[in-house]
Amino acid sequence: MRWSMVFAVMKADLYRLLKTRDYWIPLLILGGMFFVVLPAILLGSMSLVRQGGVAAQIGEIVGTLPDAIQRNIEGNNPSTRASYAFAVYLLAPIAIVVPLTISSAVGANSIVGERERGTGEFLAHSPLTVREIYLGKLLASLLPGYGAGIVGFGLYSIVVNVIVGSQIGGWFFPTTGWMLLVLWVVPPFIAIALALILRLSARVRSAASAHQASSLVTLPVILMSYGVASGLLYSPVLSAFGAGLIAWIIAFLLLASGAKSIKRERLLGVASEA
Amino acid sequence: MVDPMTSAIIFQHVSKSFGDVRALDDVSFDAPTGSVTVLLGPNGAGKTTTVRLTTGAMLCDFGAIQVLGLNPLTKGDEIRSRVGVVPPKPAFYDQLTGWENLQFAATIFESDDVHARSAAERFGIDHALNQEVGGYSTGMRTRLALARAVIHDPEVLMLDEPTAGLDPESARAVLELIREMAGKGRTIVMCTHLLHEAEGIADQVVLMDEGTVRAAGEPSSLARKYMADPIVIIDAEDRASLGFVDELDGVLGSRWDGGLHVVIDREDRVPDLVIELVKRGVRPTRIEPLTPTLEDLYFEMQRAHRESV
Repeated sequence: MRWSMVFAVMKADLYRLLKTRDYWIPLLILGGMFFVVLPAILLGSMSLVRQGGVAAQIGEIVGTLPDAIQRNIEGNNPSTRASYAFAVYLLAPIAIVVPLTISSAVGANSIVGERERGTGEFLAHSPLTVREIYLGKLLASLLPGYGAGIVGFGLYSIVVNVIVGSQIGGWFFPTTGWMLLVLWVVPPFIAIALALILRLSARVRSAASAHQASSLVTLPVILMSYGVASGLLYSPVLSAFGAGLIAWIIAFLLLASGAKSIKRERLLGVASEA
Repeated sequence: MVDPMTSAIIFQHVSKSFGDVRALDDVSFDAPTGSVTVLLGPNGAGKTTTVRLTTGAMLCDFGAIQVLGLNPLTKGDEIRSRVGVVPPKPAFYDQLTGWENLQFAATIFESDDVHARSAAERFGIDHALNQEVGGYSTGMRTRLALARAVIHDPEVLMLDEPTAGLDPESARAVLELIREMAGKGRTIVMCTHLLHEAEGIADQVVLMDEGTVRAAGEPSSLARKYMADPIVIIDAEDRASLGFVDELDGVLGSRWDGGLHVVIDREDRVPDLVIELVKRGVRPTRIEPLTPTLEDLYFEMQRAHRESV
């Protein structure tokens, strides 16, 4: 396999995506809402609560969390402790939802889009191997989601530290659990979703069908990753490593067999393969 | 037996089906190296399927194919690196500029910017390379597709309906390019249903219809085979006065097609025919020996096939 060819396919897809504002602006807004706007409103509101009754109610929410977590929550008053708990534990799944949504939106269109535009004919007649096409498409779908996740994570860290850090006495975010989540656990979940979505994209007849079908794949993966991510933040670091490792193995197996879903006849969109 | 050293493309008893639809049925022909082979036939004849099988973009169900001495089944990647294809509806990444599309093609065909620029200049599209392809006209897209197809200096160039949707000037430019490339020893395969396009550039014609090859060979040899008897076109002021022509000596038959096409057994019958017409009071407005064009040949072959069926 020639990596220069994989990168050429990836680069062409990413460059095209970058030039299609109608496509990435909604995704940018989605990321902005989840990583910046909603956390800022939520955490800002909680920080402003000084009324005794409301603060006590928020404190009760913190009290429902497991003891192990409660011991790690910092802050001297219920409002600050609640903000800390929300920032570190309850908003964790957004680190997965946003990159997964972006990657699946890009991935769903990647192969069927070639067929719909007619550019699949050019790829089918080219000396690119199907594996090179598959990996190029995979990277081009994975990078926007994961890139958005990393940038969003950075912005989320700033929001959290600015709003909650001042009450705790300094910058405290990201915690070790979050770092593990973003760097070790999120990538294989995106890869699992993409491995399934690219298979669908290679088989369906239209981009609209691909998007519909991909939502069926994305939703369970989001729910699963949501549970895993939430659970991992409560668990010892070793569990996060273990969960990430299992996810990586599943992702690797799915990706290794995924290239077989791309056939030149499917790129052409001929009747027997449609 | 066809020699792979002298034939760039060899199809032997090739069949291909899509579900219940048989797209190609026992197709055999060869495209000699350095020649222009025209696949001629109506829409749905199997021309595009033939192109796709040639590069290995699709694989045949039965039969054998050799391209540049290689089997598309096992050496498809190598074949595709040595063959250029202009598809019937050239598609590009519309959001990218012409230059960006060419650069992408140059990368995957392991060519370079110099060849990309030179190909664009050759097809007169270099002035528009900084524009997004989405804004290109049909003619510009075809020129860019041609530039993209030759970016790696292919040994075989396959053009599938290359002049579809082009204005006459652009269409002529494409046909000139085909002549030029053939002159340089490249093997050209052109699919078309436009007979006048094939006229003059085809070294060999493969007439296809309903997934089969009806006839294949040099236009002159096909003319000898299918239009062996001379034809004279006759017309008169009063067409009804020509009713007796079939009874004359040496006349094998006749049919109306713009004028009365009279099939005779020998060319030297023509003077006798003229004398007889005048003698019987016919006032001829046209007496013209028919030099068969590809179009005449095409319809004659189709007629012969219908009659045989």
